[in-house]
Amino acid sequence: MVNVEGLDTLLHSHPFFQGMDEGMLEFIAGCAANERFEAGDMVFREGGPADKFYVVRHGIIAVEVGVPGRGKATLQTLHEDDVLGWSWLVPPYRWTFDARAATLTRVISLDAVCLRAKMAENHEMAYHLLMRFTAVMAERLHAARMQMLDLYAPGGGPEGDRGP
Amino acid sequence: MTADLMLPRAFRITKVRRELADTFTLVLAPDDDGPVPPFQPGQFNMLYVPGVGEVPISISGDPAQPETLIHTTRAVGAVTKAMWSLKAGQSIGVRGPFGSSWPVEAALGDDVVIVAGGIGLAPLRPLIHAVMARRAEFGKVLILYGARTPDDILFDKQVRDWRGRFDLSVHVTVDRATGTWSGNVGVVTKLIKRGGFDPHHTTAYVCGPEVMMRYAADALVAKGVASTNIWLSMERNMKCAIGFCGHCQWGGRFVCKDGPVFNHAAVADLLPLTDF
Repeated sequence: MVNVEGLDTLLHSHPFFQGMDEGMLEFIAGCAANERFEAGDMVFREGGPADKFYVVRHGIIAVEVGVPGRGKATLQTLHEDDVLGWSWLVPPYRWTFDARAATLTRVISLDAVCLRAKMAENHEMAYHLLMRFTAVMAERLHAARMQMLDLYAPGGGPEGDRGP
Repeated sequence: MTADLMLPRAFRITKVRRELADTFTLVLAPDDDGPVPPFQPGQFNMLYVPGVGEVPISISGDPAQPETLIHTTRAVGAVTKAMWSLKAGQSIGVRGPFGSSWPVEAALGDDVVIVAGGIGLAPLRPLIHAVMARRAEFGKVLILYGARTPDDILFDKQVRDWRGRFDLSVHVTVDRATGTWSGNVGVVTKLIKRGGFDPHHTTAYVCGPEVMMRYAADALVAKGVASTNIWLSMERNMKCAIGFCGHCQWGGRFVCKDGPVFNHAAVADLLPLTDF
């Protein structure tokens, strides 16, 4: 049986939920469960139903994509204090990448169907949750752009020891 | 240092180390076997390849051992490509050391966060040596290092040695994972966000490509580190190294003379500008 009170406390201490109203957290915790992944376990696979999102409590999760002829490419690693997954917010609710536990990983998973229903019911809570996800998305987009810039590649800067 | 700041002194190459596919280290000793001038962490020398030209290269060795003059650079232009082909026993010209330095004293009693991007680890290595030589006088010491791929991790053996120390936290991330890499993947600013230091009692030193430094400084400030406690090392088209020719003018400053190490609070407004 899910220990809602315990999960509520765990969610409260996670940076993603920092500052969120206690009542809302309690409401959200009703959709939460503790999960554990051994190193190498798949958390989810590309194309699979995005029926959860995860707040990482401990460990490392690698977000990967299969590249024909090159195997799996790791796009980013997520750690303690990160959240994993927003495909559950966007129809058709399918994962767009793979996620694999790189080490023993403990997470709190949040059931997407349960959460979407609660968001439809409580718009204020939905607003606060979406604001948090927007910040995460903006940060990830910024990081992806930085990676695309390939800042450390040899380039056209002054000749010296700094690069590019 | 020679009396005439514009006159290079001949140094012979005692060792060449290939660090990465395009990055190398030169170990130099004066041809005249005289003393090598002391340097402060973060300072640079002008290295001159006769008949090709002169470039500013930060000193990447240990300031406690100035007699071993070490420079690490990447072969990207005419001069550094010519340097790349030099062998032990050949000579180059050296002027310096020049410029401002990483203010080690500013961090006494504080946590020290050293943020390096790519080959920017080279100008920070003397600082790491200086901090570790006085380790007990600082709080936590963190090295946060971002590289392009696992194959582009500079001084990889030394980085591994640092990671093995109990009095130093080293976190490495790569933009693109290749091979069997099982470490962090993502931008170096993510390592700052993860913290592990007391932002209100932290002095940070940042070196890498300018865009990386700008966002790293922003991430440090967002974490709570005072702008006045953040130090950056800038790179511009330095020619004379003594603030005479004006090639490296940056706003109202000369990077060669007033820098290359600047306090973030003093230059934050200039960082987003691309026309200087």
